[in-house]
Amino acid sequence: MNTTIMLFLLQDGITNGAIYALLGLALVLVFAVTRVILIPQGEFVTFGALSYAMLATGQVPGTAKLAVAMGVVAFGLDLFDARRSLRLKGILRAVAVNIILPVAILALTYGLAGPTTSVAVNIVLSLLIVAAIGLFLYRIAFQPLAHTSVLVLLIASVGCHLALQGLGLVFFGAEGLRGPALSNTALTIGPLRFTGQSLAVYGLTIAFIVALWLFFGFTLTGKALRATAVNRLGARLVGIRTTLSGQIAFLLASLIGAISGILIVPITTLYYDTGFLIGLKGFIAAIIGGLVSYPLTAVAALLVGSVEAFSSFYASNFKEVIVFTLILPVLVLRSLAAPEVEEEKD
Amino acid sequence: MSALLSVSDAHVSYGKVEAVRSVSLEVADDEIVTIIGANGAGKTTLLNAIMGVLPLKGATAFAGADMTPLDIEDRVAAGLSLVPEHRELFGTMNVEDNLQLGAFRIPKATAAKSFERVYALFPRLKERRKQLAGTLSGGEQQMLAMGRALMGTPKLLMLDEPSLGLAPIIVADIFRTIGELRAAGVSVLLVEQNAQAALQIADRAYVMELGEFILSGSAKDIAANQRVAASYLGFQHEGASGI
Repeated sequence: MNTTIMLFLLQDGITNGAIYALLGLALVLVFAVTRVILIPQGEFVTFGALSYAMLATGQVPGTAKLAVAMGVVAFGLDLFDARRSLRLKGILRAVAVNIILPVAILALTYGLAGPTTSVAVNIVLSLLIVAAIGLFLYRIAFQPLAHTSVLVLLIASVGCHLALQGLGLVFFGAEGLRGPALSNTALTIGPLRFTGQSLAVYGLTIAFIVALWLFFGFTLTGKALRATAVNRLGARLVGIRTTLSGQIAFLLASLIGAISGILIVPITTLYYDTGFLIGLKGFIAAIIGGLVSYPLTAVAALLVGSVEAFSSFYASNFKEVIVFTLILPVLVLRSLAAPEVEEEKD
Repeated sequence: MSALLSVSDAHVSYGKVEAVRSVSLEVADDEIVTIIGANGAGKTTLLNAIMGVLPLKGATAFAGADMTPLDIEDRVAAGLSLVPEHRELFGTMNVEDNLQLGAFRIPKATAAKSFERVYALFPRLKERRKQLAGTLSGGEQQMLAMGRALMGTPKLLMLDEPSLGLAPIIVADIFRTIGELRAAGVSVLLVEQNAQAALQIADRAYVMELGEFILSGSAKDIAANQRVAASYLGFQHEGASGI
């Protein structure tokens, strides 16, 4: 193998790895705060990417309507939960978050969508739509189950994944879409050519990692989220609403998923079900990081990306097999090294 | 004397087992009240139910308002705070962060004052403010748990076995601090197995046995009660043959 090919593969691997890193971080975040293993993370990727691609063609994606529908269900649940102590302030808040917010996003999408809409506006619209879906997904599917075991949450998570994937097929069709690039500039260093797109991938990944670090290390809300992850009862006893923590975690995860999708969709054609596979690779990185360590997850994601790049060069048929096989030695080592983990009691 | 906390005819069950039966109690402003009793009498269960961690059947009112529809977080915001038996600290976060989160429900400006107050009560915490909570000694963890609860400027602090597993000298320290809280305008509901120490600082006391209150009265009277002395204080009065 010559050096140039190796550099190319490495560059490719790191670009993909950066995306997996973002997704892996989101998985760790959600698991830490809510104990949910977020299988539908991949759907956030697909929804973000394909909403963006559809907006680029001037159409309004079905996801915007899905957000409104989910908001209505969430509103019903909020009212039902508060039925014994209905207060005007609470109702107004529920209306604002569950009804006005998604309707405003839908109206904004209808108002702004068109063939000449700028890339930046389309990105913001896609992010808003997917963020709303993420928020309501937690409210509808996971908040009522917050006290149950990790296994129950995992099963709910698989259910959400299947439902959202089916909806993806309805909204975007079976054909794949590709979106416009964020930037057409390119930079050449030696034999390597960095497109504006891959630079955006690196830049955003680093920016997100730094932003998450600042958020969790230095803001009261970030600390409250960490506290919820460390000790749920302790967090409740100081007055932190664990449901709010869960909503923030899902909001962040869906935003990160959608951003990843928007970053990939100009590079590869995405189908309604592609997100799952991409999310799964982020999941492998998160597993290598033990579902707790952010830095380990980020490093593992770069490893997953590189292994994928090299295996697609040497044995492209076995690309996925090789990548997913990575998880086996890690699980074996972890189960040997780690003390028995007791299922958290509630 | 208005009641800050009043609980009447409270029942708490784990499934079919009733751990607390028909308990009524009151805590007034600036009062230290203790519940003493043996292991398994239902003291911890009762405190957790008052806090909202466990479902309670019966009437509970705090500062004049019905607490039944409130969840834990709302009760915290209303000024009720529990230092649980297992302390439930944020072990992988440092002392300062733990305290800061204790002030989660109060305005930032008040939080700065809370820091001063808590550090004045527990100077040891100030020395250790950058240390992770999980690496503190047992006594320091208890101080941190109390400090965290006090950060939110509660009206009533409920303490569950603050002396559990601590060296006698630290227990004395902690009890002295509890006594000082009254001066700071905080009422205390104290659950203790160490009846002797608890009765010394308390104004009133309830004695709990098998999920029920069997005695109540001023701490002095309870301490002088022969049956209590025999069962909980570990010594027999002369001629203590019956109640």
